Amino acid sequence: MRSRRWTCRITILWLLMTLNDLTVVLPELVLAVYAMSALIWAVYSKGQQSGAALIWLTSVVLVGLAAWIAFATTGEKTAFTASFVDDSLSRFAKVMVLLSSAVVLVISQDFLRRERLAKFEFPILVGFAVLGMMIMVSANDLVVMYLGLELQSLSLYVLAAFQRDSVRSTEAGLKYFVLGALSSGLLLYGASLVYGFAGTTSLSGIAAAMVPDTTTLSAGHDVTKTTGLLFGMAFMIVALAFKVSAAPFHMWTPDVYEGSPTPVTALFSTAPKVAALILLVRLLTSGFGNIVADWQLIIASVSVISMFVGAITAIGQTDIKRLMAYSSIAHMGFALMGAAAGTSRGVDAMLLYMAIYLVMNVGTFAFILSMRRRNRPVTDIYALGMYSRQSPVHALSLLLLLFSLAGIVPLLGFVAKLYVFLAAIDAGMIWLAVSGGIASVIGAFYYLRIVYVMYFGTPGIPLDGTMPRSGLLALVTSAIIVVFGVVNLFNISQLSSVAATALFQ
Amino acid sequence: MNLVELAFYGFSGLAILAALSVVFARNPVHAVLFLILTFISTAGLFVLLGAEFIAMLLIIVYVGAVAVLFLFVVMMLDVDFAEFKAGMARYIPLGLLIGLVLLMVLGAQFVAWETSPDASALRQTETPDATEVQNSVALGRVIYTRYVFGFQTAGLILLVAMIGAIVLTHRRRRGVKRQDILTQIYRDPDASLELRDVEPGRGLK
Repeated sequence: MRSRRWTCRITILWLLMTLNDLTVVLPELVLAVYAMSALIWAVYSKGQQSGAALIWLTSVVLVGLAAWIAFATTGEKTAFTASFVDDSLSRFAKVMVLLSSAVVLVISQDFLRRERLAKFEFPILVGFAVLGMMIMVSANDLVVMYLGLELQSLSLYVLAAFQRDSVRSTEAGLKYFVLGALSSGLLLYGASLVYGFAGTTSLSGIAAAMVPDTTTLSAGHDVTKTTGLLFGMAFMIVALAFKVSAAPFHMWTPDVYEGSPTPVTALFSTAPKVAALILLVRLLTSGFGNIVADWQLIIASVSVISMFVGAITAIGQTDIKRLMAYSSIAHMGFALMGAAAGTSRGVDAMLLYMAIYLVMNVGTFAFILSMRRRNRPVTDIYALGMYSRQSPVHALSLLLLLFSLAGIVPLLGFVAKLYVFLAAIDAGMIWLAVSGGIASVIGAFYYLRIVYVMYFGTPGIPLDGTMPRSGLLALVTSAIIVVFGVVNLFNISQLSSVAATALFQ
Repeated sequence: MNLVELAFYGFSGLAILAALSVVFARNPVHAVLFLILTFISTAGLFVLLGAEFIAMLLIIVYVGAVAVLFLFVVMMLDVDFAEFKAGMARYIPLGLLIGLVLLMVLGAQFVAWETSPDASALRQTETPDATEVQNSVALGRVIYTRYVFGFQTAGLILLVAMIGAIVLTHRRRRGVKRQDILTQIYRDPDASLELRDVEPGRGLK
C-alpha cells in the first residue's frame, strides 16, 4: 500500500517535471514527430511522387524550425536533469544546421530526380540526421551526447550508401560505417573512463570533479586530474576529431566524399561538421574547462596537422569531390584553431568561421551538383576547361566562392580566417596563427587551379547540364554574400559572440 | 576461498578460455558456440555482481538473438574462412603492434587508477539499495524518468537502423505475384466470372 502511494506520487512529480522539460525540447520533438509521420504517410501512399514532395516539405519544416528557434526562444533552459541544454550557443548552432540542411535538400532535388534517388527515405533520413545534430549541439551529458551523435551518424551511414547500385557508393557507406563504429567505440571508451573518474556523466558534474582540492594539493598530490581522466579525454577528442574529419583522423573523408552521391557529400561537408564541432567545444569548455592546458595542445596540433594535410594533399587531386574533401579537412583545421584558443573569443571566431564556411560550401556544391555531361554527373575538374565562355555568370560566382574558400583578401573567407588567427594570437598562440597563414597560402593553389582551368584551360567536351533555378539561386546568393558580407557580416558576429559567451559563464 | 570467490574464478576463467577458443577455433561454427559460452560465463559474472537484469539481458539478447544470428550467417553463407584468414595474416604484425601499445597504455593507467573524491558518493545516488529494490525496478525508475530523453533517442536510433536496412536491401521486383488482401476482398464476381450455357456437343466458341 505504501509503495503504491509512493509510486503514485512519483508519477505525478514525473509528469510535472516532464511537461516542463518537454517545452525545452519542443523543436526536437516536432522534428521527430514530423519525420515519423512523414514515414508513415509515405509508406501508405502508393504514389511515386512522395519522394519529391517530401523533400520540399522537409526543407520547409527545417526552415520553419530554424525561424522558430531563432526568433521565439530566449534565455538558457535545461531539461531532463540538466542533460539537455537550450542556450544561445545551441540555438546559434541549430539555426546553422537547420538552414544549411534545408538548402542542401532543395538544391539536391534536381540531382536526386535525375539519378533516380528521390525516394521518400532520403528526406526522412536527412530529417533524423538533423534531429541527431540538434541533440548533439544541446547535449550537456555524456549519455545524451553519445545518443545524438549515433542518431546523426547512423542516418549518414545509410545516406552514404544510398545509391546502392553503385559500387563506390556502397563502398563509401561501408567504409564510413566501419570507421565510424570504431570512432564511436573510442568515444564510449573515453566516456567510460571519464565517468569512472568523475562518478557522473553530466558535463557540469565532470567539471566540478576537477576543481582543485586544496587539502590534497598541499600534500603534493593532485587527485583532480588523474591519468585515467586524461586518457578518457584524449580518447574522446580523437573520436570527435574523426567525426569532424580533422587530420590525422581524416583517412575516410576523401573516399566517402567521392563515393557518396553528390547531395550526400554536400550534406556531409556542411551541417554535421557544425554539430560535431559545437559538441567538441561544449565538451572541452563545459566538461574539461578546468584543465584547459591539458587539451589545448592536442587541439592546436590537430588543427595544424589538418590545415597542412588538407592544403598539401589536395594539390594532386583532379576530382572535385575529393578536392572538396581535402578542402573541408583544411577548413576544419582553421575552425579548430578557434577552439584551441580556449577563450570566448576563440569560440566566437569558430562560430563565425563555420557560418561563413557553410555559405561558401553550399554555394560551391550547388555548382558541383549541376556538373553533368550527357545526363551523367561529372566530377573531373578538367571538364571545366574554358567554362567561363560557356556560362559567365556561373563561372564568376564559382570564382568568387573559390577565392573566398582560399581566403583571398577582400572576400568573406578572408574575414573568417582573420578572426580565428586573431583569436589564436589573443590566446598567445602566435605559432598557430603563423602556420595557419602558411597553410592557407599553400591551400590557395588548388582553388586557383580550378579558376585557371575555367578561365584559361583547354576546352574539352563542354558540360551540358542545366542548373535548376534553386541551384542557381543558391550559387549566386552565396557569391553575393561572400562579396558583400564583409561590410558588416550581416550582424552575425553579434549573435555569435553572444552564443560564445554562453559557454564561459 | 568461499563459494562466491570460487564462482568468480570459475566464471572468469571459463570466459577467458572460451574467448581464446573463439579466436583460435578452426571451425567457424565451433567459434560461434564458444562465443555463446563466453556470453554465458559473463552473465554468471554479472549475477555475482548483483546485476541479474543485465545477466538475463545478456542471455536473452546476445545468446538468444545475436549469437543465433551469427550461427545462421556462418552456416548459410559459405564464407571461405581459410582464405579470409590468409588475407588477414598480412596485417597481423601491425595489428599486434597496435594491440601491444594499447595494452601497455591501459596497463599503465590501471596501475594508477584514481577517482575524484566525490565519485563514489555520486554513483551511490543513482543506485538504490540493492536489498530494498530489485534490479529491474531500479532500472525502470530511472529509465522512464531521468533518462527518458536518452531512452527515446535510442528508440529513434533503432528506427533509423530499420529504415536503413530496408532502404539498402529492399527491392520491388517486377513480375512478382504478391497477395493483396484488399483487392481479393473487393473482387467483384461479376467482373471476373462469366456463366455460359454450353450446349451439349457444341463446345465453347
